Amino acid sequence: MGAVGESFAKLPIEAKPPLRRFHQARWDEPIIFELSSPGRRGIGVPEAGVPAVELPAGIRRETPPALPQMSQLHVLRHYMRLSQETIGVDLGIAVGQGTCTMKYSPKINDRFVADAKIAELHPAQPEDSVQGVLAIYWHLEQMLKEISGLNRVCLQPGSGSAAIYANIAMIRAYHASRGEGEQRDQVITTMFSHPSNAACAKVAGYEVITLMPDADGYPDIEALRAAVGPRTAALMITNPEDTGIYNPRIAEFVELVHGAGGLACYDQANANGILGITRAADAGFDLCHFNLHKTFSTPHACGGPAAGACGVAEKLVPFMPGPTIEFDGERYFLDTDRPQSVGKIRPYLGVTPNVVRAYAWIMALGAEGLRQVAETAVLNNNYLMHKVLQIPGASAPWNKDRLEQVRYSWQALYEDTGVHSEEIGVRASDFGVHYWTSHHPYLVPEPFTLEPTESYSKEDLDEYAAILAHVADEARSEPEFVKGAPYNQTVHKIDPTCLDDPEQWATTWRAYVRKHLS
Amino acid sequence: MTHPYIPNAEPAVRAEMLAAIGVESIEDFYAAIPAALRLNRPLDLPAPMASEHELVRHMRGLLARNTDTTEVLSFLGGGCYPHHVPAVCDEVNSRGEFLTAYAGEPYEDHGRFQALFEYVSMMGELLEMDVVNVPTYDGFQATGTALRMAARYTGRSKVLVTAAIGADKLSKLHDFLAPDVEIVMIAITETGEAAEFTVDDTVAAVYLESPNLYGVVESRTAEIAELAHAQGALLVVSADPISLGVLAPPATLGADIVCGDIQSLGMHQSYGGGHAGYIATRDEPRLVAEFPSRLFGIAPTAVPGEYGFGDVFYDRTSFALREEGKEWVGTAASLWGITAGVYLALMGPEGMRELGETILARTRYAMDELAAVPGVSVKHAQAVHFREFAIEVADTDALLTALREHGIYAGIALDATTLLVCVTERHGKDDIDALVRAVREVQG
Amino acid sequence: MRVGLVVNPVAGLGGAAGLKGSDGADVQREALARGAIARAGERATAAVRALLATRPDATVVTVPGAMGEHAVRAAGAVPELVACTPGEPSSSADTRACVRALAAVDLLLFAGGDGTARDVLDAAPGMPVLGIPAGVKVYSGCFAVGPAAAGHAAAEFAGDTTEAEVVDLDEQGYREGRVGPRLYGTLTVPAVRVRLSGRKTGSSGAAPESIEAIAREVVARMRPGVRYILGPGTTTRAVGRALGAESTLLGVDVVADGVPIGVDLSERALLDLVEGHETDAVVSVIGGQGFVFGRGNQQISPSVLARVHGLTVLATRTKLAALGGRPLLADTGDPATDARLSGFVRVVTGYRESVPYRIVPASEECCG
Repeated sequence: MGAVGESFAKLPIEAKPPLRRFHQARWDEPIIFELSSPGRRGIGVPEAGVPAVELPAGIRRETPPALPQMSQLHVLRHYMRLSQETIGVDLGIAVGQGTCTMKYSPKINDRFVADAKIAELHPAQPEDSVQGVLAIYWHLEQMLKEISGLNRVCLQPGSGSAAIYANIAMIRAYHASRGEGEQRDQVITTMFSHPSNAACAKVAGYEVITLMPDADGYPDIEALRAAVGPRTAALMITNPEDTGIYNPRIAEFVELVHGAGGLACYDQANANGILGITRAADAGFDLCHFNLHKTFSTPHACGGPAAGACGVAEKLVPFMPGPTIEFDGERYFLDTDRPQSVGKIRPYLGVTPNVVRAYAWIMALGAEGLRQVAETAVLNNNYLMHKVLQIPGASAPWNKDRLEQVRYSWQALYEDTGVHSEEIGVRASDFGVHYWTSHHPYLVPEPFTLEPTESYSKEDLDEYAAILAHVADEARSEPEFVKGAPYNQTVHKIDPTCLDDPEQWATTWRAYVRKHLS
Repeated sequence: MTHPYIPNAEPAVRAEMLAAIGVESIEDFYAAIPAALRLNRPLDLPAPMASEHELVRHMRGLLARNTDTTEVLSFLGGGCYPHHVPAVCDEVNSRGEFLTAYAGEPYEDHGRFQALFEYVSMMGELLEMDVVNVPTYDGFQATGTALRMAARYTGRSKVLVTAAIGADKLSKLHDFLAPDVEIVMIAITETGEAAEFTVDDTVAAVYLESPNLYGVVESRTAEIAELAHAQGALLVVSADPISLGVLAPPATLGADIVCGDIQSLGMHQSYGGGHAGYIATRDEPRLVAEFPSRLFGIAPTAVPGEYGFGDVFYDRTSFALREEGKEWVGTAASLWGITAGVYLALMGPEGMRELGETILARTRYAMDELAAVPGVSVKHAQAVHFREFAIEVADTDALLTALREHGIYAGIALDATTLLVCVTERHGKDDIDALVRAVREVQG
Repeated sequence: MRVGLVVNPVAGLGGAAGLKGSDGADVQREALARGAIARAGERATAAVRALLATRPDATVVTVPGAMGEHAVRAAGAVPELVACTPGEPSSSADTRACVRALAAVDLLLFAGGDGTARDVLDAAPGMPVLGIPAGVKVYSGCFAVGPAAAGHAAAEFAGDTTEAEVVDLDEQGYREGRVGPRLYGTLTVPAVRVRLSGRKTGSSGAAPESIEAIAREVVARMRPGVRYILGPGTTTRAVGRALGAESTLLGVDVVADGVPIGVDLSERALLDLVEGHETDAVVSVIGGQGFVFGRGNQQISPSVLARVHGLTVLATRTKLAALGGRPLLADTGDPATDARLSGFVRVVTGYRESVPYRIVPASEECCG
């Protein structure tokens, strides 16, 4: 053989550049209807094997549904591609979804719920055939009782907001049972509590009183003093609030409400930084709720199925959604004889797969592990805050200590460059990360909310902060470039105008075909 | 050992990070929490499993105490159904990208948006309706929300609800519709269908289920739609989409809002963990405005030929007529929507028709065979049934207990003498024959 | 797209010179004498640059000289000029004349402060306008948050508009230490739509902020036989609309049993209407400093307030949030009345939604 030719690149391979040269999968995948071809099938169906039933007209479907017709591989491949065009915690540094506690969902827990011993259980089976799953429900309740300090826990709600609603329903039933249902028609919440507290209270018929933050960023206790009274049904409050600031006077808030005959309900969606540090019962709360898909690691699943847990003090136990799960020392059973119960929140007992996952997660950590979770979540947050606040144009209003998350502001950057927080976030997606701004209305201008849970490493946090710093730099040097993002994503910048126009919007493919292709 | 789930619990990393921040210890971060509120002891929790292997053993020990429906012959339905789940459904919904994603922008989570748009689009074909929401929690919630939508749309506060509805669902409706919406029941005839009733101009909606609690397919839906519409009320119908390969979509019979649960479309029973709800309407802006849920739509991007997605009618709440009883939006059951989309794509129109025909035929076969058993009478036998039917026996508890000895979960007791039996494509003729034999044996 | 531009070249002069405003030729001369440099031109240039970066095809239409042309040329663009000959230094009349001269544009940008906004208002522009903040006082709702933001908003303007209040101080009073805005009217401005393309699934849309929802709440709580004093402002005017009546934007009205019984009332007329009747006052927050009494609603005097039983304040939560935790202010001219008003008041923020918020006498609060 002759001499080796000139190479175009040499060993050793150079170090990687400071920022990842990311590009999201771009399969340019058609809409599934465009992949259809008549006569193809993805799966077979058993034949009846018994005489057919002739349906009368008026009951019978006249035209077959225009569903796609595809073979199995092609259905699978289409969805594999779409999955690759989605970034989950498994792939990204998911610290940008503040208030949502995006953490690692251990893979082993998914195995438990895929097991036929969970997946193939019917919820109306006889109790002695489901002792294992009832034991998991019962033990998880005991654990959450200890974590909240409250007397009972209901695992029925399908999400955090559903749990808030269940709490409101119990509050309403409690006051009604005392003949004060009509009189107590107001619920008090705070501006930086999750808006579902206000929304659920309104659905349940309450007038909502919101406490604004005072000059220090805490909910104004004097305003609470002015607001409580004989019409107060409950205080529904998050702490630490969505700003990450812990309200040190929380016990006084609870006392004020109790003094007026109201109940105090603790939204513990932000519990990740205080597990084993302080508990709902310690501050005097009568009710609380946890999100199993946040604090207790069950996966977010593109927006559910999730699960919520409601903790209640003794006086609210009679009103809990039914049935409750009991243990007599030998066997687990359902108590359906609960005359004062608010009834059902959802079908059967709850989102069982997530109850199983949360139980397994706590069993993998124990008391010491949960404390490490809390401490590390808080450490990670303070470390990331330290890095983010070094970026010119970023700030964290109120200069207060933060626990597990921070609501930051790009206001200074926006005033200098005209680039909005949303646009910074979209450009950051070109580097494989995401962030969320804030609930509306924006009290913190040009907001972004970061919550780095215990799952992320120091290197992850460094990388995330470096991406934000880079994009902020770009906003100063090339604002138009940032505004035109994304460039390395599955799709390019979307023009959303048509989505608000009834003549143009298309909520389904059939609507799109009717409005735009016919 | 540094816990495998907590990378920065490693002491040297901790120290480095604390030093970078410039604080002494993690305790400093908790300075805002008053001492009186601090828990000054470790949580009293069970000792943790020291390794994944031990966790697996522990969990296997618990799970072994369950007997699942593949180990017995189960005819349990009642809102949670044992349909075959295609392997591709499980494959797609266990993909880490989908399973662990939140709900980012339609850029980094484009695939999720497209998959959900396709789900609502396939549901739209099945339902023959143009607007379908991203899933809510379950069928109970879907009905509750659909009825509140009808109340907001009409500005009225009374709904007429079929009595052929499960007790748990009715309990949920009573709780969820209070205090704004009053529920009045519609009686059921001997045939298991809604009896004659009147509608006046205070009624927001008439609510039917088809198939209903007893598996009965309502035959007068179109007539009832006219009755409701004549008084300005809406017709809301709950339908299991798995029946719509053979049954007429409620919209074609005049329903204004259609809702229900999609657990049948590719979700396991999972002890009640496979539920998700859908709500569908026609494309009328005033009706669309009343959806509390998210709606996804197609939008163009800067590059020709690219499909982008986004939220339709983003500001819709500000266009709605009334503020009372506005509902919340939150994490609900998106992954089950994606899965149901996979299911419908696999089945196609022919699969849905064949499945429906198989279920209709086997349901009727089981009814006829059981009707021939002494001591058993099949209720509403003349009506068309899909997947479920009720039988009258002397003592449901005694029958169920006796049948368990035969490895059969024969159904759900609706009361002391009424049993609800469920038959799907998973129950072959042999399985039905085995049930009938066993019933004959224990009744005799 | 044709975008008009008017620059008030002396805006901001007074602030730099510590004069709390720049209105009036005397003040401006004083400021220049103190060495102040006008920055309005620079800020207008920044806005034009941002506009053209996004919409290079946009035509900027302006007037010759310092009131527009210079700023456009400094941005490296060539303006289309319309005839208008401002004085030197320019006056309020010049601003008004320029606005009228620029009638044929899709959107008018103006650089200045609240005083400039008032001049624009007085010229009754027929098109939407947007302020480039360049004055000492920028409390009106018709300004963007910064020059670049103004340019971008202009570039993205697609026709959606909303109403924004124009407030300004009585500057003579301001220099005497008696501070506070009054409402002068409303301008049509681009509706800035904050649109997240992917709303967080975990969020309940907090109820949308709308003055209509606030008005519905007020109307729903009205009791028969009670007289309601409605102060000035767009929110209180919405209450009149919700009742199906026309109430005034700048004046003080009284309604009872859903019907207006007095419009644009003087203090005397108010006293006559409320005397011997149970009366509530419904007022909105004027300007960005939190005034609820004593600015533009002096008709609701201490004597009137002595006869008022209930007080309701109307504001969106965003407006309250903009106060940054500072209280609402009462400056009725009578310390005893201000003291009596102080404490927590119910601020209606939406339908069945309220916020308890503190009012203090303005004298207790420094507002520079």
